[in-house]
Amino acid sequence: MVIRSKKIAQMAENLAAHEMGKSHSLWADARRRFFKNKAAVISLIVLTLIVAFAFLAPYFTKWSNEEIDWAILGSVAEDGKPSFARGHFFGADPLGRDLFARVAQGTQISLMVGFVGAFIAVIVGTLYGAIAGYFGGRIDNIMMRIVDILMSIPYMFVLILLLVVFGRSIFMLFVGLGLISWLDMSRIVRGQTMVLKNKEFVEAAIAGGSTKFTIIVRHIIPNLLGIVIVYASLLVPAMILTESFISFLGLGVQEPNTSWGALISEGAGTVLYGTLWQLLFPLAFFVAGLFSFFFIGDGLRDALDPKDR
Amino acid sequence: MFKFILKRLGIAIPTLLILIVFSFTLMHSAPGGPFTSERPLPPQVLANIEAKYGLDQPFYKQVTNYIVGIVTKGDFGPSFKYKDRTVNDIIAQGFPVTLKYGIWSFIIAVSVGISLGTVAAIKHNSITDYFAVGFSIGAQVLPNFVMAPILVIIFTLWLGWLPGGGWNGGQWQYLIMPVIALSTSYMASIARIMRSSMLEVLNSNYIRTAKAKGLSNRQIIFKHALKPALLPVITYLGPAFVGMITGSVVIDMYFSTGGIGQMFVNSALNRDYSVIMGITILIGVLTIAFNLVVDILYAWIDPKIRY
Repeated sequence: MVIRSKKIAQMAENLAAHEMGKSHSLWADARRRFFKNKAAVISLIVLTLIVAFAFLAPYFTKWSNEEIDWAILGSVAEDGKPSFARGHFFGADPLGRDLFARVAQGTQISLMVGFVGAFIAVIVGTLYGAIAGYFGGRIDNIMMRIVDILMSIPYMFVLILLLVVFGRSIFMLFVGLGLISWLDMSRIVRGQTMVLKNKEFVEAAIAGGSTKFTIIVRHIIPNLLGIVIVYASLLVPAMILTESFISFLGLGVQEPNTSWGALISEGAGTVLYGTLWQLLFPLAFFVAGLFSFFFIGDGLRDALDPKDR
Repeated sequence: MFKFILKRLGIAIPTLLILIVFSFTLMHSAPGGPFTSERPLPPQVLANIEAKYGLDQPFYKQVTNYIVGIVTKGDFGPSFKYKDRTVNDIIAQGFPVTLKYGIWSFIIAVSVGISLGTVAAIKHNSITDYFAVGFSIGAQVLPNFVMAPILVIIFTLWLGWLPGGGWNGGQWQYLIMPVIALSTSYMASIARIMRSSMLEVLNSNYIRTAKAKGLSNRQIIFKHALKPALLPVITYLGPAFVGMITGSVVIDMYFSTGGIGQMFVNSALNRDYSVIMGITILIGVLTIAFNLVVDILYAWIDPKIRY
């Protein structure tokens, strides 16, 4: 009898320990799934390297991003090639500035545009979509018709119009990107909210006497986080693409600031003189950066999207 | 069906009006009038010019005049920078160019994209399939402004086969690079969408039935699988169209083809407000009209849609 109860106790203990080991929180589960995805992990490493480059590169070169190397100014096409002897690791740009420092600066600005644009979209889109989805009925109808209308406007042209009228500055670019970037997000969030609002925990919150605002902010939005993170991670490259597009046309980021798009534009303009490095270095960073963002987004979707579980 | 079209028009027309009023208000609120220059004009001259362009009238009247002009006569007004030209002249000069390479790009993106996607789905997990998947992932990071300089490096700088820019009446040598640069990323997206929807259709029960009946592969694909698999592609045509019109700006700038994109950016840099607005509205009309056609097409093809 005694032995038996000991055995049972041990079994129970084992079982408890096993259970403890097995129980994962939602986020731990997602993390595990994400780190299993090789492409996503490699992309994360590449992206970390790019970020590190953007902020550390200025300490490794003797040239700043504004200084002009007068020694090669007249002959950039011949003497501006990438060379360690002159200290221009990536060569020089058409004005004789050090491309290494310029690319670092452009990377900083492009990443900033991507993250700030996505951040605005997340805040506005989540609130807008959650409100429309939760209230439903006429409010939802009007709010979503507004989104429909805004979506059918050719936004790139309106964005350029905005930049022309109010002057071309980074601030205006953010306002313009912010105005358009939240639309998709709001639709996705609205759809998800409409599913969530009929769940028991919302019913419980209503029964508990929470106000509508509290329910949206405390109960609905935390449950939307997964899907919001997935789409935000895809918004970052989309914002970078939009910014690069506008900067390529010379309408976005203005000198002395620069971005991936502006650098690609500069390099693309001089390609026929044979100064390929002016195009290829910024292009490599652009392509590597966007690839990483897309794969990380993919990995996050596999890890967090409830549909695929 | 008729009711559905009416309902869609009911959304399209207010959208257009909002676009017009919004861009007009923006233009109106711009700091400095269109005739503010480095050397200020004498007040008398300025007043005369403003009277000529109707800028001395109250705001609401200017808006209504502008809208009435567009709706009744298709008249976008005069250019503010080129005194002897109207916005219509400028658009009429650039639009045929954009239309020509735009239509080619669209046709090629859609036809090649659909074929590639279908073949990849039929030969699932073959080399063709891997190529299609690789291509559609790679092309995501190759938007038109990246493709254009790369093409110039290859075909102009290294091979010397094609001219690096210009239009020359739209001869084929001048057409190739703009069309490739503009269509690649959309071709890739269409191929990706087509591949996944075709895979889904091919795994469905009625295709199995068709196989069991002993139909040939060709009959299965063309008669039974193609039409339902096309639906997601049709939804994507709207965004693709907008993307290509937007992309034409880059093509025009980089290849100096002289389409409306080039006029748009030049007027943006010159602050020629009436031209910017005219082109924005024209693009808006095209976009909305195209989306309307896509919606109707979709409702017509898909029997599941109730309108």
